[in-house]
Amino acid sequence: MDQGLRSELQKQGVFTTTLEEVYNWGRANSVWPLTFGLACCAIEMIAASMSRFDLARFGAEVFRPSPRQADLMIVAGTVTKKMAPLVVRLYNQMPEPKYVIAMGACAISGGPFKQGYNVLKGIDRYVPVDVVIPGCPPRPEALIHAFMTLQEKIEQQKLTGPHRARHLDPDAPSEFPVPVYGEHDLVPPKNPQIWQPPVVQR
Amino acid sequence: METLEQIKSRVEAAVAGAQLTVVPNDSPVAQPSLLVDNAHAVAVAGFLRDDPELQLDYCSNMTGVDWPEAELTEKIKVKQVVDGVEKEVEEVKKTLRPGCLEAVYHLYSMAKKHGPVILRLRTENRADKNHLPSLTPLWRGCEFQEREAYDLFGIVFDGHPDLRRILMWDEFKDHPMRKDYVEPDDYEYEPTPHDELVEKVKAHQAKEASV
Repeated sequence: MDQGLRSELQKQGVFTTTLEEVYNWGRANSVWPLTFGLACCAIEMIAASMSRFDLARFGAEVFRPSPRQADLMIVAGTVTKKMAPLVVRLYNQMPEPKYVIAMGACAISGGPFKQGYNVLKGIDRYVPVDVVIPGCPPRPEALIHAFMTLQEKIEQQKLTGPHRARHLDPDAPSEFPVPVYGEHDLVPPKNPQIWQPPVVQR
Repeated sequence: METLEQIKSRVEAAVAGAQLTVVPNDSPVAQPSLLVDNAHAVAVAGFLRDDPELQLDYCSNMTGVDWPEAELTEKIKVKQVVDGVEKEVEEVKKTLRPGCLEAVYHLYSMAKKHGPVILRLRTENRADKNHLPSLTPLWRGCEFQEREAYDLFGIVFDGHPDLRRILMWDEFKDHPMRKDYVEPDDYEYEPTPHDELVEKVKAHQAKEASV
């Protein structure tokens, strides 16, 4: 149905929509994040959920204490190599559909600790990230912007066809291998199925 | 508070056989420290804690230092007779400093409100003789800090109640704060390599290309 006919019908009091739109509208406005903070970015995440910034306006007021009830994991802060397997395990325990926001320079790339011995160089090496927020730490507005970006992404997801959402594709993996603690580093140091080093254009 | 020399002579009088050295500090801080031999370290530390004059009841900080083996060069002026004329000639003297690991304790007194007195303990070498006596039985606050020194420097504290790694995972084998620590080669993606990082990235790319 084209947009013109739709608005014409709406003027006459007939509201038409698609199942996909209603489904995505509902999902996008009730994304429940996991109560999960790793470092200073978590303080900004807490601020974003409190009354001044009020993430509840977007349907994300209920931070769930259990991954089994959460839709969104906000990786807020430095992921140390000791913590990384636990982050992946929490992600694996979340039911589909699930999304990840990597918040702050550390969660994206290791940030100021990138050349250290104990910090993972970005959580996208182990779990698929939907939205990244740069900043050190990002302000609550940035988190809200990332959240709105995620809502837009959810609203545009297809329910059928080859480009359907990941959680509707039976072949797409829902769980990712949890790295183990090695003698010198995490084994494996990255998951090549979901992370390949980007090509640097010079 | 007494000077370190006074403390040293009193400790030597009280603890028989203790060998103490005052380590000078020529930096602007000018904070000298006491180097204690390992055999008498616990007795010396116990004296410092219980002595009514000092009462160093609080260990505020315990940390490790890694001294790798190094060749020290020193220029000294030597008088030499050249062609019957006495001249001052500069000579370069080379000395080999043996490597060791060091544990440094900063002691304060809450009762007397003075401090710090700095204690140093040295291991014999960096490889196999890396044992030191633990001072956790005297100052409980050292427990986690000695675990950290064990984790990051590889100093083994004898007499520690619970010597496990504290920051890195149990399976980890290296000691990252040592000078010769080699970090894992994960330089796949460095968009803005600079300084030493350029070399590391090049080495990684060469390795990737050869595989």
